[in-house]
Amino acid sequence: MSVVPVAAPPIAETRVVAEAKEPRRFTFGSLPLHIALILLTVIWIVPTLGLLVSSFRPGFLVNRTGWWTAFSPPFQFTLQNYSDVLQSNNLFASFLNSLTIAIPATVIPIAIAAFAAYAFAWMRFPFRNALFLLLVGLLAVPLQVTLIPVLSAFKVLQLNGSFLGIWLAHTGYGLPFAIYLLRNFFGSLPNDLFESASIDGAGPVTMFFRLVLPLSVPALASLAIFQFLWTWNDLLVALVYLGGDPAVAPMTVTVANLVGSLGQSYELLTAAAFVSMALPLVVFLAMQRYFVRGMTAGAVKG
Amino acid sequence: MDAQRITFLVGAVVGVPVVLVLYIVVTDWLIRRLPPAQHGRVRPWLWVGPALLLVTGFLIYPGIATAWISLLTNDGKSFVGFANFGHVLADHSVLIAIRNNVLWLVFYTGLVLVFGLILAVMADRVPYEGAIKSLIFMPMAISFVAAGLIWSFMYQYQPNLAGVHQTGTLNAVWVNLLHQQPIAWVIDERVNNFALIFAAVWVWTGFSMVITSAALKGIPPELTEAARVDGATELQVFFRITVPLLAPTLTVIGTTLVIFALKAFDIIYVMTNGLYNTDVMARRMYGEMFTSQNYANSAAIAMLLLLAVVPVLIFNLRRFQFQEAIR
Repeated sequence: MSVVPVAAPPIAETRVVAEAKEPRRFTFGSLPLHIALILLTVIWIVPTLGLLVSSFRPGFLVNRTGWWTAFSPPFQFTLQNYSDVLQSNNLFASFLNSLTIAIPATVIPIAIAAFAAYAFAWMRFPFRNALFLLLVGLLAVPLQVTLIPVLSAFKVLQLNGSFLGIWLAHTGYGLPFAIYLLRNFFGSLPNDLFESASIDGAGPVTMFFRLVLPLSVPALASLAIFQFLWTWNDLLVALVYLGGDPAVAPMTVTVANLVGSLGQSYELLTAAAFVSMALPLVVFLAMQRYFVRGMTAGAVKG
Repeated sequence: MDAQRITFLVGAVVGVPVVLVLYIVVTDWLIRRLPPAQHGRVRPWLWVGPALLLVTGFLIYPGIATAWISLLTNDGKSFVGFANFGHVLADHSVLIAIRNNVLWLVFYTGLVLVFGLILAVMADRVPYEGAIKSLIFMPMAISFVAAGLIWSFMYQYQPNLAGVHQTGTLNAVWVNLLHQQPIAWVIDERVNNFALIFAAVWVWTGFSMVITSAALKGIPPELTEAARVDGATELQVFFRITVPLLAPTLTVIGTTLVIFALKAFDIIYVMTNGLYNTDVMARRMYGEMFTSQNYANSAAIAMLLLLAVVPVLIFNLRRFQFQEAIR
C-alpha cells in the first residue's frame, strides 16, 4: 500500500496508449532548458553519489573532509567498510532475513490476490460488488489503525517475532491493492477465450493456470516488483511485529539501529545503507519497464 | 546460524508456492465431488475465501478493535468515551505532531507534484528523456531508512572553525560557495521539518514525474499546436492547456501523496526519531505504543489518522464507481 495508484484501468489498454504516442517534438534550440534539466538531475543524483563514494573511503577521512575531495589526489579508497559491516554488524544475517521476509511476502499476496481477482472478474456470487467496493475503500486505510490489535493477537498465537506472522501481515496489507490491480486486468481479458476453453472442457483451475496467469504476466510482474520493494523496504511492520529481535531483523531495522549505535561513523553507515539498497536497485533497473507500467496504469486517464 | 537461515529461506521459497497451488487444486478437486448443482455456489467462495479471511483478519477486524480500544482506559477495563481523544489533543507535543503533518501534507504533496510536473514537461522536450527519468526515478527503489541516512549525511553539520571542513554537502555549498554560517539542518527548528520533508520529496518526485509524463504524452499535439498558431506563448500553453488537461492525473497522484504524508514514519524515525519538534502522528502513535506502552492514547492517535484519510477514501470510492459506470 505504499504506492497506491488509485483506480487502474486495464494495463493492456494503457500500454497501447503509451506505444501509440505521437512523434516527439525535439527542440534543441533552448540551451537554458538543457542546463536547468541537467542541473536538476545532477542535484537528484548527488545524494546517492555522496553515499556511494563515502562507503569506499577510509573512516578517518569521511569524518574530516567532504566526500567530493575523494576525487582529488591522494585517491584513497578502501573496501574495509564493507567487510567491517558485513562481519561485525549482523548485516549478512539481516540480508538473509530480508530475503526470507520479502520473497514469501511477495509470493503469498500475489497468489491469493490472483485467486480472488479471478473470482471477482469471472465468477458470480452474492455480494460480489459490495465486497469489491469494500476493498477499494480499504486501499486508503492507514495500516497504523491495525497495529495494536494485530500485535495482541500475534502475542496470543505466538506469531510475533516469527516469519510466518510477518508474511501474513504483509499479505493482509498488500491484498486490497493487489486484488484491485489484478481484477481490473483479468476482467479485461476477452470473454471468447473463456468460452472456447470451456467448450474444450477446461475447468476453472485449468483456465486459471493455463490461460489467465500466462496472459497476465505484465500485470503480475509489476505487482511483484511493487510488493517486493515494499516488503524489502518496509520498516514499520517489521519493527512492530518482529519486536526488535536481531535474529530475525531485516536490513531496514538493522540499518535504522546502526544509525543509533554508530552515530557519526558515516563510513560504516553508508556502506550498510548501500548493502541494503543494492538488491532493490538491481530489481528496479532490471524490471523498470514493468514497474513504470504498473504505476502509470493506475493514474493516467481519468 | 547463516546456514540455518539459508536452509529456511530455500524451504520457504519452494514450499510457499507449493502450498498455495495445492490449496486451489485440492479445494477444486473437493468441489468436483459435490453434486454439480452446488459447484457454482461453492466455488467462488473458495477462490475469494483466503483473501477475505486475511483482509478481515489484518484490516477490518483490527480497525474496528482499534476504534474500540481508543474508547477504553489503557488497561482496557472501563469505557471512557472520547476521553483519550481529549487527553491526546490537549497534549502540546501531539499538537506539534499534527502541525507537522499539516506541513507534510502541504509542502510534501505540493513540492512532489510541482517538481514532477516541471521535470515531466522539461524532459518531454529533450532527446535524452529516458535517461533523465530513470535517474530521477531511482530513489523510489530504495528504502526510506536508506533515504533518511543519505539525507542525514547530506545535512551534516560541523562548527565553523579554522581547520574544520564541512562534510555535509549542503553545508559545504552553504558555507564555501554562499559564505553563510553553517546550519544544523536537522536540529534547527526553523528549517528541520522542511529538511525532512525534502528528503521524502527527493524520493517521490520520480513517481509523480513518471505518471505525469505518461499523461502528458496522451495530450493530442493538435491542441497545443493550435494554441501556438493562435499566438499563445509557451507559458500560456503550459498554464491554459497542459495543466488543465493534466489536472485529473495530478489529482490522482495527489491522493496517493496525501495518504503518504499522513502516514509518514520511516524518515522521521531514522533522521530525528521525532526530536527537535519534528514528530508526526504515525511516529507518535508508535512511541505511545512501545515507549509509553499507552495503547489507549496510541489507538486514539491512529483513529485521528484514519479520520484524516476519510476524504481521500470517499474520493477513491466515488472515482471507482464512476469508472465502473463508464466501463
